[in-house]
Amino acid sequence: MSTTTAPPKKTNHIGLEVSSYKGGRTTLCAGCGHNAISERIIEAFYEMGIEPWSVAKFSGIGCSSKSPAYFLNMAHGFNSVHGRAPSVATGAILANRHLFGITVSGDGDTASIGVGQFIHMLRRNIRQVYIIENNGVYGLTKGQFSATADLGAKLKTGVINDLTPIDCCVEAIQLGATLVARSFSGDKRQLQAILKAAIAHHGLSIIDVISPCVTFNDHEGSTKSYAYMKEHDEPLQELDFVPAFADITVEIPEGEVREITLHDGSRLLLKKLGRDYDPADKMNALRTLNEAEAAGHVVTGILYLDPTRKHFIDQLNVVDEPLGTLPESRTRPPRETLDRIMEELR
Amino acid sequence: MPTVEESPVSPLSSEAQQSCVNDFSIQVATVNGSGSQTANTVLMRSLFQMGIPVSGKNLFPSNIAGLPTWFTIRASKDGYIGRKKEIDFLVAMNAETAQEDVRKLDPGSAVVYDEPLKLNAIRQDLHFYPVPFDKLVGPVCPEARLRKLVRNMIYDGVVAHLLGIEMDEVRKALLKQFGARKAKAADLNWGAVEAGRDFAAANLPKADRYSVKRMNATAGKIIIDGNAACALGAMFAGVTVVTWYPITPSSSLVESLIGYLKRFRIDKETGLATYAVVQGEDELASIGMVLGAAWAGARSMTATAGPGISLMSEFTGLGYYAEIPAVIVDVQRVGPSTGLPTRTMQGDLISTALLSHGDTKHPMLFPSSMRECFSMMIDAFDLAERFQTPVFVMSDLDLGMNNWMSDAFQYPGKPIERGKVLNAEELTKLSGFARYRDVDGDGVGYRTLPGTNHPAAAYFTRGSGHNDRAGYSEREDDYMNNMDRLARKFESIRQALPGPHLDINSRAHVGLVCAGTSRYATEESRDQLLRERGLETSYLRLKAFPFGQELADFVRRHERVYVIDQNRDAQLVMLMRLEFEPELIAKLRSVRYYGGLPLDARTVTDEIVRQEGL
Repeated sequence: MSTTTAPPKKTNHIGLEVSSYKGGRTTLCAGCGHNAISERIIEAFYEMGIEPWSVAKFSGIGCSSKSPAYFLNMAHGFNSVHGRAPSVATGAILANRHLFGITVSGDGDTASIGVGQFIHMLRRNIRQVYIIENNGVYGLTKGQFSATADLGAKLKTGVINDLTPIDCCVEAIQLGATLVARSFSGDKRQLQAILKAAIAHHGLSIIDVISPCVTFNDHEGSTKSYAYMKEHDEPLQELDFVPAFADITVEIPEGEVREITLHDGSRLLLKKLGRDYDPADKMNALRTLNEAEAAGHVVTGILYLDPTRKHFIDQLNVVDEPLGTLPESRTRPPRETLDRIMEELR
Repeated sequence: MPTVEESPVSPLSSEAQQSCVNDFSIQVATVNGSGSQTANTVLMRSLFQMGIPVSGKNLFPSNIAGLPTWFTIRASKDGYIGRKKEIDFLVAMNAETAQEDVRKLDPGSAVVYDEPLKLNAIRQDLHFYPVPFDKLVGPVCPEARLRKLVRNMIYDGVVAHLLGIEMDEVRKALLKQFGARKAKAADLNWGAVEAGRDFAAANLPKADRYSVKRMNATAGKIIIDGNAACALGAMFAGVTVVTWYPITPSSSLVESLIGYLKRFRIDKETGLATYAVVQGEDELASIGMVLGAAWAGARSMTATAGPGISLMSEFTGLGYYAEIPAVIVDVQRVGPSTGLPTRTMQGDLISTALLSHGDTKHPMLFPSSMRECFSMMIDAFDLAERFQTPVFVMSDLDLGMNNWMSDAFQYPGKPIERGKVLNAEELTKLSGFARYRDVDGDGVGYRTLPGTNHPAAAYFTRGSGHNDRAGYSEREDDYMNNMDRLARKFESIRQALPGPHLDINSRAHVGLVCAGTSRYATEESRDQLLRERGLETSYLRLKAFPFGQELADFVRRHERVYVIDQNRDAQLVMLMRLEFEPELIAKLRSVRYYGGLPLDARTVTDEIVRQEGL
């Protein structure tokens, strides 16, 4: 036996180890895309140095909605009702505007039962990260189509989808989300950069992540399988995220890279891949998505980004302190106020 | 009954001519959207200012303009402010309903009417006062487009003259109604009141028996509607997050609240709000936001009506099971389904008490007055946070949307109660906590708020099965322990709820039980039963569900107990049946009214007399 000194533990810039960002053991299927996304969330929050107890996790019902239990154990979590996590998250953020909200939902939870709340969350531009773990199928109830299933997609049972899919990114761009991205659970680098940008963004970030269901939707004929994504994934740009706290000078080759500065001073670098894509151009973003759909491609990357628009809580003109814990002296008007109102009513 | 057409009765019989001072009801029949509300409010306030106990009830259609609407003002020297079934003084402005309105009157009643309607041809046993409204309005209102609104003020002048209402008080009420900013409109309308008064003085000799005389029974009192009273209660409860979806008859509650919050809850130094109000996309979103906000520490509420309650069912179950405070005001209206959206009912008692699937039950408060609307909103927030569960305030359209005379509200006597919330310091002391463990034996665990700056603060809230550390569990023992604790918590709530109002009459064998707005008819009915039939009664008014021991004791000590319900299925009785032993259930009798109008004493009296065989 030999005595060795343990190497100093690796920590992030607020001094926490990555273990502070871990969650419970996953109960999802081995190989499920959702588990990879949970890993990326852990890495992103760790590397960004967000205090885990300042985060609040939300979800609805479904396989995806179980996953907030598998990351950030030190954050409060709220697994609510099917399709209604947006309202719960909105309420919590109203009560405490400094909460760092992250919602994990699925395609059924968002685009089928929850489409109403999803759409109104978009309109409000609630400041939070909203991830759609999109596999086009209901897992927990064993393999029915959701509203994001593509035209012509085939279930294991042989049933073909002949209904128009809802593209959550199109809705998000159209209706007011200020960061909209699509990614693939198998693209570690891209997803991590998108998550970091979303964490830094002061507004609603919608990240639609194609996340194959290995049990019910990973077969031949599925358009949300690993094989299909490997074949059809078309990244719009190569992404690099430079956080505000990192003192890094990045060499930017002229004309090759777009740089977007986010609210907190961090920078998002978008390196051209074949075409020059401007994520500030809403019309172009919608056209790109429509063209890709027609061509059978899945475009991924930052589709749309507007770092300037005010988010909902800022529009409400509320005090800076959390409303939920304001003292009685600031929430119950004095006796004279009641006397005055009574006098008016006489 | 319109039997009068066959056998006209002389209106001048001696009994009919006995003068009747400060004890009558005026009904104004108009068309919705004609601006009559102002004229009616001025009339009501004038009586109030003369010190006469008064109440006003607006019976209106689910419509913006064009359908018939009736406003009833009751003056009662004895202080009865429930609806009076009989109309004594009719102002018939609506051609469409005038004939039927006149046919329904008792002989000897008075009718002010628009002259071209020729209502005096229908009956001979009434006192008719024809008024040429169109001819009178022209000279006082040169602008033709305003005449529709201003002509209503003419009947204020006519009625004031006929009943002897002091013109100074009418003017005062009118100025209060328009406020200093609308002085020009007030002048215009005052011209119309005077024109009505002058016409009546010159052309309408007094023939009926009704009149008013100054009293001193309203000194210091206020006039307010229940929705505004609930709104004030919410503000003084320290509400911080309000979410809502517009629905009659609850919309004006939140609109009043927004008005008050804007005036009194803006931080003086920063000009920023100490509250947030969000209009949701539907009732599901509203209750979802309420729960999210309360979970994060806000005093949050929503207000709705029956259809909204139905939509909130799933989230309410989550609130019950995950143990999250919420205050939900249900301003009840007539169901089922859309029902009669502008009529009143106490029809949501059963559905709300047990709202949502699985074993769920919820506390309900039953405000019956403006003061209780105010104080019970404060109680509701304290109870919701103390017991970490949704609390329902069961108002109704009659209470919420009508104007009521009230004593001034009392400033809350005790500080706000935030319940068992652990902060970072306490967590360090305790070195962690178990969210759903019954540490104190009252069934209520300790919670932490998201954002609490402590590594041990977090727990996972879920609507799925959980153990006392809030961990996911499908174990039989975890599930049952949790449900048993929730049942114990409900018993703790029962002990903490406001007890009933009791009036035990030792001579009585019969007891009357009611809740909410049924009190006005019930209390007046007790006087009628004693005066007219010699029936002594005891009385218990419920203020909350689950019911306390007092109710069982009350039923035990009486031979028969009449439970007054404003619904078809005797829902209050049904709630009692859930908990009573058979011997007590056997004593229950039911008095039900479900026509959509505010309950009146005569209906209660007639039914008890019938069942008692008196």
